[in-house]
Amino acid sequence: MMLHVPTSPAETTDLALSLRGLTKRFDRPVVDRLDLSIMRGEFYALLGPNGAGKTTTLRMVAGLLKPDGGAISVLGVDALRDPVAAKQVIAWVSDEPMLYDKLTPMEYLEFVGGLWGVEAAASEQTARELLVSLGLEAHLNERCEGFSRGMRQKVTLAGALVHDPKLIILDEPLTGLDAVSARHVKNLLRERVARGRTVIMTTHILEVAERMADRIGVIASGRLIAEGTLDELRQQIGEGNSSLEDLFVALVGGETIAA
Amino acid sequence: MSSAATLAWFARHELRIAWRDWLGMMTSGRRSRRIGVIAGLVIVAIVMHLLAYAVIGRSGDPLVAPAPTTLIVISASIVLGWALVLSQAIEQATKVFYARGDLDLIMSSPYPVTTVMSLRMSAVALTMIVLAFVMVLPFVDVLALTGGTRWLATYGVTIAAALSATAMALLTTIALFRIFGPRRTRLAAQVVSAIVGAGFIIALQVGAILSYGTMSRFAVLMSDHAASYAPRPDSILWWPARAVLGDSIALATLLAFSLVLLGIAMAVCAPLFGDSILSVAGGSVATRVTGSAAPFRARSPQQALRRKELTLLRRDPWLVSQTLMQLLYLVPPALMMWRSFGAGGGTALLLVPVIVMAAGQLAGGIAWLSISGEDAPDLIATSPLVASAVMRAKIEVVLIAIGVVLTPLLVPMAVAAPAAALIAAAGAAVAAIAATAIQYWFRAQARRSQFRRRHTSSRIATFAEAFSSIGWAAASALVLMSPLVAGITATMVLLVLALTYAISPRRA
Repeated sequence: MMLHVPTSPAETTDLALSLRGLTKRFDRPVVDRLDLSIMRGEFYALLGPNGAGKTTTLRMVAGLLKPDGGAISVLGVDALRDPVAAKQVIAWVSDEPMLYDKLTPMEYLEFVGGLWGVEAAASEQTARELLVSLGLEAHLNERCEGFSRGMRQKVTLAGALVHDPKLIILDEPLTGLDAVSARHVKNLLRERVARGRTVIMTTHILEVAERMADRIGVIASGRLIAEGTLDELRQQIGEGNSSLEDLFVALVGGETIAA
Repeated sequence: MSSAATLAWFARHELRIAWRDWLGMMTSGRRSRRIGVIAGLVIVAIVMHLLAYAVIGRSGDPLVAPAPTTLIVISASIVLGWALVLSQAIEQATKVFYARGDLDLIMSSPYPVTTVMSLRMSAVALTMIVLAFVMVLPFVDVLALTGGTRWLATYGVTIAAALSATAMALLTTIALFRIFGPRRTRLAAQVVSAIVGAGFIIALQVGAILSYGTMSRFAVLMSDHAASYAPRPDSILWWPARAVLGDSIALATLLAFSLVLLGIAMAVCAPLFGDSILSVAGGSVATRVTGSAAPFRARSPQQALRRKELTLLRRDPWLVSQTLMQLLYLVPPALMMWRSFGAGGGTALLLVPVIVMAAGQLAGGIAWLSISGEDAPDLIATSPLVASAVMRAKIEVVLIAIGVVLTPLLVPMAVAAPAAALIAAAGAAVAAIAATAIQYWFRAQARRSQFRRRHTSSRIATFAEAFSSIGWAAASALVLMSPLVAGITATMVLLVLALTYAISPRRA
């Protein structure tokens, strides 16, 4: 049940991310010859039941996991052959915020800026703006050790954006965020997409995917089983006004129960 | 369930958790390691008994009328052991505040907080008794074998010492909490613990140096001067020593006193601990504002990484207390050198092995924090830096940190005794590089807060690191006295390092 997977050479020039035959096995195939194409400036939601292979896929794209087979191209760069060049344009945010407890948010963001080679003054300015936009202005110079999970997640997200990445990979980024913070984050991501950046995000909050994503991919057992806009998915399933939740259950209901 | 039965049930639960925790720490959670751990413990026990025999094999003769010197030496040994147990007890008591674990669950249960705290404090006392037994067991066994069973009374004194040390630790910890607040208590406790642990032995050495020009602690204890200042033979101050020598009344009194002391401490501290924990709960550490918001103005990604590592090291509470401890141990030899300044560089040589040893040990800890203790591994792994550049920057940080700590010691030493300073600098550099290399070969991803458990990840790395530091310290000390023996020692250390590398995971 595949929908609109661009493969022609003309289309690939505008690809932010291209996966071809991506494979990863642990004790079983977790990602199984996965083909996926995401356009520049697109907000793409990758959905699937627990254990479907979403995080493994994204970790391979981010260079955190070596695939057993296949190809990864990030904005035309072969990420397996030249991982440093690919990482230069990628940002990765996981569901588990990883920070340095003894650094302040400003220090953390400036460190991240330094790692990506952003000029210090620009980095400082961007860091401040990002943290303020996420409601952390009162905590700029407090060490992260006393922060709540939501605050840590916001700092991590700000860190990911401080070097203005072209491809933003987010694995369950809204976990632990309150409604207001989640709104801030969504606005920030929308604003990035409007500036031509690409966002690929996994989430179990289907309402977020429904509202924000340009296209939605559904993955199960390591393979892409459906892809398209919400309307395209509805047409594919044959349920005219169904919510994404209904479509998701229809697509992976058996998988979810098995998982 | 009656309250007594509930208490017993709760105590059983605590013991089971503590046992599994210890077992997990010793075996790294691998069942296959259990036999190896048991074999290792048996070997260590045998070696410790042999060492104890070598040290005090002829000291266990029955004494009809103990001489003042004997009482002084025994009393000093008790105070030394007590200080060490107190040092550990302070750390354990601090954990009651900060190690959350199942505390949230227990605190939210309909169970009186004071009872929970009393049980936790009893657990600390029990841990201290076990620790104290491990410390004295080989010595007491040897004394009992060579001098008669009355030496077994030492076990009673050990229990009394552990109980009273726990009582003092509880009172100290609650005092620190009240003085410094939740944010700084952990660091303050580590510093106090380091000073208490090393303080007594260093004070004895300093006394010996100032009075007799020797670093031998026993010079003071066994001197006529000390005997002349000693209390009268029937003084109550000798009771612990008399209890060790088999005086049952002294032993019973000591045990009763310690139990009462612990009881009072628990009665005082249990409600205060409960209140304090409730004030810490929910956010174990209050927010801390960093005075200056100086940015990480780095010229390159590697420099950003180095600055981050150095900032984290500077703010690491373990490192602060460890550095303090290492520097404390350097006080006696430094004092010795100062006292004999101008009388030739001979005494400066005393500092060489201490500096080299300190460099090796500190480097091992810092290297673990820098190389393995990465709190944001995904961030580093997704940054546009090749792994070798990351590792190089981290290793540079270790060497910079060691240089920063040791330079203030080496510079004055170079003025007083250039040759000794040169040897110390070279030895420290080699020891630091070796310790860093071991940590690099055995690196394993962990959080910085797991530092205290770093030794459990690889016994081989732990042994190799200790052997390397001691070996390089010995080789450096021998360079001027016997270059040949120094060369042999260095070769042995290199062989051990080569063997360690051969059996290390050696991940590229």
